[in-house]
Amino acid sequence: MNNQKMVLEARKLVKRYGHVTALDGADLELHQGEILAVIGDNGAGKSSLIKALSGALVPDSGEILLDGVPISFRSPMDARNAGIETVYQNLAVSPSLNIADNLYLGREKRRPGILGSVFRMLDRKAMHDEAKQKLGELGLLTIQNINQAVETLSGGQRQGVAVARSAAFARHVVIMDEPTAALGVKESRRVLNLIRDVRDKGLSVILISHNMPHVFEVADRIHIHRLGQRIAVIKPDTHTMSEAVAIMTGAMAPDEHQAGAFAA
Amino acid sequence: MSQPDTLKTSQAADHELVAAAAGGNFASFEVEKVAFKDKLHRFFHSHPTAAPTIVLLLAILAFSSIVGERFLQPFNMSLILQQVTIIGILGIAQTLIILTAGIDLSVGAIMVLTSVVMGRMSIEVGLPPSAALAIGLLVGALAGFINGQLVTRFRLPPFIVTLGTWNIFFALNLWYSKSETIRSQAIDQAAPLLHWTGKTVELFGAKLSYGSLLMLALFFIVWYALNWTAWGRHVYATGDDPAAARLAGIRTDRVLLSVYVAAGFICAIGAWALIGRIGSVSPQAGMTANLDSITAVVIGGCSLFGGRGAIFGTLIGALIVGVFRNGLALAGVDVLWQEFTIGVLIIVAVGMDQWIRKV
Repeated sequence: MNNQKMVLEARKLVKRYGHVTALDGADLELHQGEILAVIGDNGAGKSSLIKALSGALVPDSGEILLDGVPISFRSPMDARNAGIETVYQNLAVSPSLNIADNLYLGREKRRPGILGSVFRMLDRKAMHDEAKQKLGELGLLTIQNINQAVETLSGGQRQGVAVARSAAFARHVVIMDEPTAALGVKESRRVLNLIRDVRDKGLSVILISHNMPHVFEVADRIHIHRLGQRIAVIKPDTHTMSEAVAIMTGAMAPDEHQAGAFAA
Repeated sequence: MSQPDTLKTSQAADHELVAAAAGGNFASFEVEKVAFKDKLHRFFHSHPTAAPTIVLLLAILAFSSIVGERFLQPFNMSLILQQVTIIGILGIAQTLIILTAGIDLSVGAIMVLTSVVMGRMSIEVGLPPSAALAIGLLVGALAGFINGQLVTRFRLPPFIVTLGTWNIFFALNLWYSKSETIRSQAIDQAAPLLHWTGKTVELFGAKLSYGSLLMLALFFIVWYALNWTAWGRHVYATGDDPAAARLAGIRTDRVLLSVYVAAGFICAIGAWALIGRIGSVSPQAGMTANLDSITAVVIGGCSLFGGRGAIFGTLIGALIVGVFRNGLALAGVDVLWQEFTIGVLIIVAVGMDQWIRKV
């Protein structure tokens, strides 16, 4: 089944909060250059799974492998340094900072030489130029002024900035948490295209979404999460949306549908 | 004619003409007005110091026409600068804190406490003045560190933390000073360095004190740090949306702690300027400095909700307060009206901020 290279793999992740078990031995497999959608009902543990993969949460047990090598993240910064970027549902952009500042937030570039090393001076020009180039690559240069504060942008444009930031810096994986949840029809469309662009750059994408049409439109495979575990992995062309929802809610056992089901 | 559906048919033709002309005019006027308001809003939004600068210039203009020549003379201008030096320096510290959506009620107490430490270390303990100064600066940084630890480690609201430490630092100040004032002559003899900030240089009839120059230098340094270093960007991001900043990989607790330490240190520099300005070291000095520093920051266009504002706005805010105090005094207006005016300015400034914040 898996002749493709595995980029990110989670094995038997467990996370408990008191009596609540958010992750109950959860697995996840992400292949090179694919869009893997993760769906699940509220409280199924999607967020915890994603947080564990992006370093925002440290699992109680289990292991995460990046390119086959076990890794452990203690902070989002660790995951970023390992080449995993996350677009959070609440965007994680700083509204009053401008676009270029936001793209480089937390990894600012300094001027070469003594200005950078002693006076810690930012290389604004380099950041500005590169930000422009990166937004251009993703077809986001409709944003006129890169020195514009992010809060002056529309929801879709902000999402674009957040996606551009992760796409620009990710070396392996981009995780997107509900990227279209707050967007209108047209803006959702652009973000979906953006997600495909990111994959076509060769990156692997994990897409968390409640929006079944969006999931079925862009995902290569769909990971269904239920009660803190992966219950099935399906493909958009072997299952219907209602089957996916049925599996997700427990109305249908994953193997009731024979055609495309496979034990992962 | 040009007006299509609204005023049609039954009206007389000449009527229609007039109405159309007037209506057209009126409509276009409306559109322009809205656009202008939007433009103004956008302008103030992207230039947080624009509004206070305009107020400052208008105030200078107004007072020079009311008071006359005297007001605009270089000497009077430099006097205003001297009068705002303490508030300006504390305002720098306050700006840093307010940019992180905090507030520091203890800046005045830190200043008084460190001025007493500087004074007693040199006069009573007999340390060399430079060592006394250094210890004072260290105590200031330590006081800020305590505030910062309480805010970051124990997750207490800055308002409550600094309300508490305001009292604590002030009590320590009374205890350490034994409520005694160190006289100016004693400082002159034993530690002239502490009076350096009060010395002045003449420049085109203006008497600039070293304290004022120190304040201006501090403004430039902090401006640079806020705008040209990653730390500065992180300060803004932390105040803007701490959760987002954390997710972007910023260690917000460290940023906050560094801001409180820097603020404490700057307050200690304020203590040095205070000694130079009043000559003696008094445990009762600078009692109103706390609230005055917040006033300067707020009038300077900094948002109390964090993440928005510019450091030079605070300088302008302090100057506005100074210009109003000085101008009203020269105009012979009762002191109570100075306070009244400052009060109005604060409320207008915060109202303005609420409007500007709306996107």
